Amino acid sequence: MDLDFITKTFLRLLAALPLTLSVWFLCVTLGALIAAAVTWMRLSGVRPLELFARAYVTVFRGTPLLIQLFVVYYGLASLPAVRASFAWPFLREAFNCAVLSLALCTAAYQAEIFRGALLAVPHGQVEAGRACGMSRLLMFRRIIFPIALRHALPAYSTEMISMVKSTALVSLVTLWDVMSVALKIRNDTLVTYLPLVLAGAIYFVVNYAIAAAFLALERRLTPHLKPRPS
Amino acid sequence: MDLAIFGFGKGGWGLALLEGAAMTLLVSACGLLIGAAIGGLIARARLSGRLLAGAVGQAYAALFRGLPELLVVYFVYFGTSTLLTETAHTLGHEGFVGVPAFAAGALAVGVISGAYQAEVFRAAYLAISRGELEAAVSVGMNRTLMTRRIILPQVLRFALPGLGNLWQFALKDSSLISVTGLTELMRVAQVGAGSTHRPFAFYLGGAVLYLVITIATSRVFDIAEGRATRGMRRAAS
Amino acid sequence: MARKFVRAIGLGGALAAGLALAPMAFAKEWKTVVIGMEGAYEPWNLTDSSGKIVGFEVDLANDLCKRAGLECKVIAQDWDGMIPGLKAGKFDVIMDGMSITDERKKEIDFSKPYAASPGSFLAPKDSPLAEAPSAGKLVNLDKDAAAGDAAIKGVQAALKGKTLGVQVSTTHANFASQYLKDIATVKEYKTTDDRDLDLKSGRIDASLDDLPTNMATASKPDASELAIVGPKLIGGVFGTGEGMGLRKEDADLTAKFDKALAAAIADGTVKKLSEQWFKVDMTPQS
Repeated sequence: MDLDFITKTFLRLLAALPLTLSVWFLCVTLGALIAAAVTWMRLSGVRPLELFARAYVTVFRGTPLLIQLFVVYYGLASLPAVRASFAWPFLREAFNCAVLSLALCTAAYQAEIFRGALLAVPHGQVEAGRACGMSRLLMFRRIIFPIALRHALPAYSTEMISMVKSTALVSLVTLWDVMSVALKIRNDTLVTYLPLVLAGAIYFVVNYAIAAAFLALERRLTPHLKPRPS
Repeated sequence: MDLAIFGFGKGGWGLALLEGAAMTLLVSACGLLIGAAIGGLIARARLSGRLLAGAVGQAYAALFRGLPELLVVYFVYFGTSTLLTETAHTLGHEGFVGVPAFAAGALAVGVISGAYQAEVFRAAYLAISRGELEAAVSVGMNRTLMTRRIILPQVLRFALPGLGNLWQFALKDSSLISVTGLTELMRVAQVGAGSTHRPFAFYLGGAVLYLVITIATSRVFDIAEGRATRGMRRAAS
Repeated sequence: MARKFVRAIGLGGALAAGLALAPMAFAKEWKTVVIGMEGAYEPWNLTDSSGKIVGFEVDLANDLCKRAGLECKVIAQDWDGMIPGLKAGKFDVIMDGMSITDERKKEIDFSKPYAASPGSFLAPKDSPLAEAPSAGKLVNLDKDAAAGDAAIKGVQAALKGKTLGVQVSTTHANFASQYLKDIATVKEYKTTDDRDLDLKSGRIDASLDDLPTNMATASKPDASELAIVGPKLIGGVFGTGEGMGLRKEDADLTAKFDKALAAAIADGTVKKLSEQWFKVDMTPQS
């Protein structure tokens, strides 16, 4: 195995990285929007909405992502009703199905993170805000959100990294991400380990970068928790 | 939807799905146990105070938290057979040394789970009151007795919530082992979907079975936690 | 501490000695042969509802093994792990509708072919492939270059801007990547079942696979709008027929099977099995 082969393999894998990252970015963003809605339902005080939100979280956290992905990609496409509906042009594309399925899954985990973070806001601060005559929106913007954000950051960082790892599953629904290119190289050249090792290195670097970025964000937002200079 | 395909008669996949569910439970449990062994080792390494051991432990944990689970499954699956066969060859044995898909799958789940279990065990150990350990030493307990009667029971008690969470992850990671051909629940659903051309029914049915397993086993962990933390003062429930 | 170390060395040494003294076969006396099949490549091999693998190749394997005086066992293996599994020793023979190609001959040896099935396209009845040159006819890319060129150009025109589905690591995937790379979108699937699901739902516009396999898919009740369209291609990148795959160092086993196969072809057994499973005689002619 020569350096030329290693370089060529590595470049082929890198060429698939934009697809992996775009799936990740889109699913995480869409997931955040869905999670915000689910969290709002959960904390709304309206019983049916609360039950729906709890059921949503239980279902999407309690089943493997792989089977969710197959339900969306293969399952929905096999239903004549779906094929005849307005959603079909969207669901026909493997990329859209993958993003949708991953977003639904991460939304459940993100909803739990949001819920925990919101419940961690000290009630005294909310009361003080109300006593000052702040509107609900102003209170959310200036008190609740900033405090909840700082509580959510560590768990959110873990979830972001978890979703990068989950994008590897889209290789099983005909998308050419880093994982599927690595497997194709492996099948075509019968080189056992190298493509997987290089793919692993790429995923590892991406995850490390995300972890470092979130750590930097945490440090900036919570200077009062930094270790005191000794 | 024609529910007969899930039945137990001829041409019915009900039995196959249940067998797949049993396989899922088995491989996840074995994976969790392997993970406990690995996690315990890493936790010990990191708590030992020895720099090199601690660094190796941290590197292992960082590595397996940063790699996609699917990649680890493929790597362990392709790697164990080749490794074992080549090792046997250098020792003079001819022929193929096979690692069954079950073993490779449980190992993959365990290797990943171990990285997270290390943190759970480490935190659980640090939560043990120092006073108890000092008292044990002063009474003259040797290391083994102390481990058996004081450390292990308390570590298990504090680790239960974290372990319950990691068990759920092991269950979900076990679905990835389907790519190696092991007939656990995901694989059976896939074969059934392909064979009968009814993907929606089979994947939804499989998801329902996973949900049932998840809810049932999380109840078991809740009961275990309740019994284990009897009399403990807790910050929140 | 030292005691533990010594104990470990002792155990390791005993293990090594035990393995080294295990009986080693110097010349392989073939008694039992393990055959790898997908069990998901109808009608070559498929898994019935009781979990048993059946199909053309199972019946043929049983017949050939009887003639060669061997006991044969069939195990299931995913397609993309076939050649690595053979080379690792997981099984001794591959029988999975595997085409004999020069590319594969670099890695493994083949027996003489037991079938010569062309590649064919499966698509909705109104696909443009139905109007392509040589539609419905058998074109040999090795023997008739001119007709082959025209057929390929016709396929390229019919599939321009469309999506074609193939199984990974097959001659069909090679054809698609060689001739349709920038013309059509090519989707590769791990199993033919997954690809057929996407063909039925309309995600892909056509699928390329062996003729018997496509015929089996088209004959199912839920495939009424699908039909075999376009030219049937053999030779060239499609290989020269399907044969058993064996390791290069097992030339004696290959010879055994070649002898049995020649006898099976001569007395019409292969033709009978072919007509039974493929509905058409696929026995190689030369």
